[in-house]
This record gives sequence, C-alpha cells and structure tokens, in this order.
Amino acid sequence: MTVQIVPQIERDSIYKLIESGKRLDGRNFDEYRKIELDIGVYKRAEGSARVKIGNTMVACGIKLGEAIPYPDSPDEGTLTTTAELVPMASPTFQPGPPDENAIELARVVDRGIREAKTIDLKKLCITPGEKVKSVFVDTYVLDHDGNFMDAAALGAIVALWNATMKDGEKLPVSKKPIANTFVKIANKILLDPSLEEERVMEARLTVTTDELGNIVAMQKAAAGFWTPEEVMECVRIALRKGKELRKLLK
Amino acid sequence: MKKKAKTKEKEEEIGLEELVETKEKDVISEEPVKLIVKGKRLDGRGFNELRPIKIEAGVLERADGSAYVEYGDTHALAAVYGPRELHPRHLTEPQQAVLRVKYDMIPFSVGDRKRPGPDRRSIEISKVTREALEPVVFLKHYPKTGIDVFIEIVQADAGTRVAGITAASVALADAGIEMSDLVAACSAGKIDGEVVLDMNGIEDNTGEADVPVALSPKNSKITLLQMDGQLTEDEFEKALKYAVEGCKKVYELQKAALKKKYVAATSATEGNNNQKGSE
Repeated sequence: MTVQIVPQIERDSIYKLIESGKRLDGRNFDEYRKIELDIGVYKRAEGSARVKIGNTMVACGIKLGEAIPYPDSPDEGTLTTTAELVPMASPTFQPGPPDENAIELARVVDRGIREAKTIDLKKLCITPGEKVKSVFVDTYVLDHDGNFMDAAALGAIVALWNATMKDGEKLPVSKKPIANTFVKIANKILLDPSLEEERVMEARLTVTTDELGNIVAMQKAAAGFWTPEEVMECVRIALRKGKELRKLLK
Repeated sequence: MKKKAKTKEKEEEIGLEELVETKEKDVISEEPVKLIVKGKRLDGRGFNELRPIKIEAGVLERADGSAYVEYGDTHALAAVYGPRELHPRHLTEPQQAVLRVKYDMIPFSVGDRKRPGPDRRSIEISKVTREALEPVVFLKHYPKTGIDVFIEIVQADAGTRVAGITAASVALADAGIEMSDLVAACSAGKIDGEVVLDMNGIEDNTGEADVPVALSPKNSKITLLQMDGQLTEDEFEKALKYAVEGCKKVYELQKAALKKKYVAATSATEGNNNQKGSE
C-alpha cells in the first residue's frame, strides 16, 4: 500500500469538524454507514457474500475441500483465512503478494472466527489424523472507501452461515462474531471510519465480540496510542453495536 | 472447560511435578490440564506476577543500539541501525525518518523447527511492533533517513512479541534515538478461569485468552493492544489493568538496564582519563 498525501487544509477541517462533534458525512460518532448484504451471490463458492459498508465493498467466498489435519489437532477440520487488497480497489493498493495490511486483515478476520469457535471443527473430521474437511475463507476488498476490516469480517461470517457442503448439509457454524473498528481523531472515538477519516486517524482499534457478550479478538493499529479508558469505551460500544449488527444476519 | 477445571480442582489435588509430566507426555490429552493449583500457578507465581525478567542494554558490537531481554524462558535480542540512509531510496520521506521493524523467530527457538524467513505471523507482528514504537520515537527529528529495528527471538516460551518490543525500545534508546518515553510491554490472559499476568508457554497453549499490551508509561499510553480467546468485559478490564501494571514494572527494569550500561561506560572513560592525566 502506498501512502497518499493528505493536504493540511483537509486534515485541519476534518479535525475542526470532529472537535465540534460532527463528522464529514453527518453521522454520529457511533454510527455505521449504510450496510448492504448480498448473500450467496457467487454460485461457484460453497458459501458467499458481498458486503457494502458505505462505498466500501468486499467479496467473501467459502471453498470447502479435503485436507490432512494439522498434527496438533488430528480430529479437527482446517480453517484458512486469506485476504487480498486488489489494485482495482484503490490507487494505493499495488499488485503482488499480500502486504502487511492484507496479512493483518486476514489474521484479524481469522482470529474473530477461530476464537469465537464459530465453526465446530471436530464435526469436519473424516478420518482422525488422516483426512478432514478444509474450510477456506477468502476475502477480496474490491472497493476501498474506509474500514475494510469490518466489511471483511462481516462478509466472512455471513458467507460461513451461507455455506453448504457438497452433500447438501450446512456447515456446522454456531456463532456470529462481529468486528467493530474505531479510530481516534482529535481525541474522539469514531466507529466505522470513512477513508477520509482513516487518512488522518491517530490510532485504530478493532474489537470483535460474540453473542455471549465475550470479547474474542482485538487489534490496535496505526502509529498512535489509546488510553485504557478509551479502550474500555470502545469495548462497551463494540458489545452494543455487535448486537445491532447481528440482527442484520437473521 | 472452565467449569470442568474448577470441579476437578476440588476433586483431587495433584502435585506439581506430576502435572508438568502429564503435559509433556501427552500434549493432545482430552483432560484439561490444571494450570492453577491451590491459588498458585505451575511455576509457583501468583496471578499478577511477572516471570523473572532480565534486561541488558548494548549487547551487540556492530549495531548502533542493542538489547537482550529475558521473560523467563523467552529470550529476545534487538538491534537498531540508524538513523541511516534508507534503501531502497524511493521509500525515503522528506519530513521524517522511516521506522522499519523486522520480527523474526530463529528456527530452533521453538519445539517444531520454524522455517526460516518471514511468515504471515511474523509480518503481522513486525507491523504491530512498529506501530507500538512509532508513537514515542521523534521521527521528525531525522528526516530523509531510515531507522531499522531487528528483533530475533532466540528462545520462545510465550510472550515473544512483548519481549521483542521491550528489547527494541531499549535498543532504540541505546542507539541514542530521541524518544518521548520508552515502550514497555507484557501480556495478560486467562487460564483456568482466572485472569493472570505474563503467561508462560504451557499457560499460553492451554489458556483461554491472551492480551499482549505495550505501554508508554509516562501518560499510560497503550501503543500495542491485541487479544485472542474469550473474555467478558470485566475480565478484559482486569487483564488490561494487570498488563498495564506489569508494563510499569518492566519499565523500571528497562531504565535500570540503560543506567547500568551508561554508568559503566562513564566510569570506564573517567578511569581512562585519569590514567592519561597521571602519565
């Protein structure tokens, strides 16, 4: 990802606006942009979803196959999550193998799914130690207008719930972890940052929660810092927003 | 698992050695391993107690700054080169230095040999480590240069990223890079239903959650925060509190390590001067 220069005048005006309690697009600080879900849009995938949060668009697909289990979990299916920031999505994305941002995205999405125990991997065992079912969660950021993290995590979970195995059985999923990403600008906490906001953010924090009220994954990013109080504020908003977003998955 | 472990604790009291042995013999046992016996952890620590921590500044000859850090059996080495000319040069930034961090585990630092070179995990850790250090380094004081931080985990027993950050921060200070504060790091987590500080390998592998934290202690600025596992809001708040307190203890050891090196260096030069004077 290349760096895009932000004019000082743009930075100043965003800061001023946020200091006065407003956002560029008129949203509240704890409000998402419009979220659109298209479920099962990709026919060749065993499960899929296309998610739009505002103008950010992410495609997620589930491919199922068979694999040799990992030696430390011989009776469990495998879960692999990948993410691609394709050059079509932004002038700052470059072709080539996944960079640190794409790898971070994949690993944070993976952590949410894995730690919430979304998939009952034991049910994907065919022959212990020899053959298990493999689940690939592939997320492609197709249009980057800020906060691809939440869009990818949402898409992944929707696609997993949509996934049907070759024998017509549903994939054994039981949880709905939801990622909420916050940025800090002018010492204010903003949910679901737009691209303009991300470009001037001081720090970022993603909090993933499950329906039992657990926090299952977290990731701080960007060159700034959070205070413990700010972190707890993000956690509380995430627990509340997670519930709201989960309603979309009905 | 949480409930099971607790009832088991009441049913039978197993000795410490016996537990460790079972763990080593049968890693994929169905029985949950008890990590807390009579309110103490397997290595005898209390819940909010750090492992023995050792920090040494200036351990490498050629690097501009370096540090060696031990958190129990986790050993990390950090080196800093720079500020120096940045290659490739197109990465140069006109207004500030570019901080680059490479976190790496050497192949024999873990049980199963790790393939040398970067993998997805180490690329992510390099990124979050850089972002943990950036808030305290005055990058604007060194425009058009690069500052390279290299972290090698020579022995791993959980908490490698936090040991690496602690070492990197001391190495940066040792290199004389201007900073607003040091960054100290340690992790908290949950084992057998209890929130604990600084988990070791066994605790991390069988534990229920891990929360690595890096802190710039002057103003309690959290510069790294990650989490995996399952924690309620209250448990997380407690883990964060433990980690912040742990970081503050690490901070004191970092400062002591730097002082030790420079006091030694100063007295050595003074000694030389005196000798010269008397000749």
